[in-house]
Amino acid sequence: MRNLSKIITVIVFIFLYIPIIVLAVASFSSGTDLAVFKEFTLSRYSELFRDTTLLTLLRNSVIIAVLSTAIATILGTAAAVGISRMKGRLRKLVMGMTNIPMTNPDIVTGVSLALMFAFTGTVLKLNSVLGFWTLLIAHITFNLPYVILNVMPRLTNMNPFLTDAALDLGCTPVQAFFKVTIHEIMPGIIAGALMSFTMSLDDFVISYFVTGSGFVTLPVEIYNYTKKPIHPKLYALFTLMFIVILALMVTMNLLQGRNKKARIHGIAARTGKEA
Amino acid sequence: MKRNSGKSWLSVPYIVWMLLFSIIPLCIVIYYAFTDSLTGEFTFSNITGILDYATIFLRSIWLSVAATIICLIIGYPVAYTIARCKPRTQRMLQMLVMLPMCMSFLLRTLAWVALLEDTGIINNIITSLGLQPLPLIRNSGAVILGMVYNYLPYMILPLYTVISKINPRLIEAAEDLGCSKAKTFTKVILPLSVPGIISGITMVFVPAVSTFYISQKLGSTGTVMVGDIIESQFKGAYNPNLGAAMSLILMILIFICIGITNRVAGDEEEVMMP
Repeated sequence: MRNLSKIITVIVFIFLYIPIIVLAVASFSSGTDLAVFKEFTLSRYSELFRDTTLLTLLRNSVIIAVLSTAIATILGTAAAVGISRMKGRLRKLVMGMTNIPMTNPDIVTGVSLALMFAFTGTVLKLNSVLGFWTLLIAHITFNLPYVILNVMPRLTNMNPFLTDAALDLGCTPVQAFFKVTIHEIMPGIIAGALMSFTMSLDDFVISYFVTGSGFVTLPVEIYNYTKKPIHPKLYALFTLMFIVILALMVTMNLLQGRNKKARIHGIAARTGKEA
Repeated sequence: MKRNSGKSWLSVPYIVWMLLFSIIPLCIVIYYAFTDSLTGEFTFSNITGILDYATIFLRSIWLSVAATIICLIIGYPVAYTIARCKPRTQRMLQMLVMLPMCMSFLLRTLAWVALLEDTGIINNIITSLGLQPLPLIRNSGAVILGMVYNYLPYMILPLYTVISKINPRLIEAAEDLGCSKAKTFTKVILPLSVPGIISGITMVFVPAVSTFYISQKLGSTGTVMVGDIIESQFKGAYNPNLGAAMSLILMILIFICIGITNRVAGDEEEVMMP
């Protein structure tokens, strides 16, 4: 039974990475067909760095991801603090509202926002409202629940007397928040922000419906590219992004491991026991 | 305690935001679904027009249910195996499950086209062995494979979170009290992983039933899905009213499906991804 599980696990990991390997290998091929490897070349990478449109698209994606994450993190953290003070039916109602974008399929979220923007456009008699601002609004909207759902558990598990102690020792509520609460809930804020950032950077479906011709992100343009015969420099871009994300994740993992160790040692030192 | 209850105003900006950009847009979907595309008058014709697409709705549901079940069957052993590893290995494997989720799913699906094509990588291997090429693409099997591939991590992660939190002493207790390995699994481990199973099912089924790219690339005209039709109402044929009506029905269908899953499994709390 246990061996069978292990075999399935190995097969699943191979399955998950086969397409990524196919793309990475194709980025070094001089042919244009993904399925046939012609000759080894690095020219796809030099073409990529000379392609200013692709780099602009990447920059657009990063701008939207950074801005929407920052705004969603601030709004969401404040909201989580507020919601944690609510009780009963009101709290249920607000959390229900938070869950709507989570359970709604992306296509419905995208369509509903596109319709609202179109509706606003006709009311204001504007030709096209779709562009940077609609994209930013959409991204903030789908990022907010990730922040709240990550911060809320931290607030619920936090010792309420910590804030009381800070207040009794003469902190104003604002000081108490920035000196005490925020440190307690920081892991939740970071997790929420990271999740928002990756969701935003890679979002295609919602962006596709709310984007205009003026401001386009990378995933949306990749979709337009895949309708025609695709240029292999995209495989080079994919491979580079894979390496960057892999490096980031490994670093985070190592840091996390070190932190955990430090914490265990800290606890052991305080309690005087071996960890 | 009075000073603690004064902070709920902090959530006001958020509530206003969500009303403006989540609730009102949904109301506008309902408005469009019940108005005529030309005259703008109230009508049921968009909703009744969906009956023409009933087979497409049914097909979307069956394809995504099949994909969800396959994800659960192969995702559970993976999550279980990861949860049994050393903490260090667990973190590495969890990262390896998450990594593909961060990469462009459009390009990864395109790689599957190259693998499955009639003259693709797999068929090249088969023919070089002297066998007949297989029809691997442009059928429902390929669409299900594409969905399983894309959404499997969303099944594994919540399952892993739940299984890794099961207290090992409960398993020891079951074994001490005379349970066989199989019985420990069905009586202890499986019931305790129900919240993860529900989250996993929701997180796979919802994007799968509403996808429009996978079926376009890996399927044929015989595997068109609801997502494809909705997309074409906004980006091609342009009948936003019909598209809105379809989005509304899709949303209702999903709420019913989630409701059934929750009812079958008992009202457990959902588990977020780690």
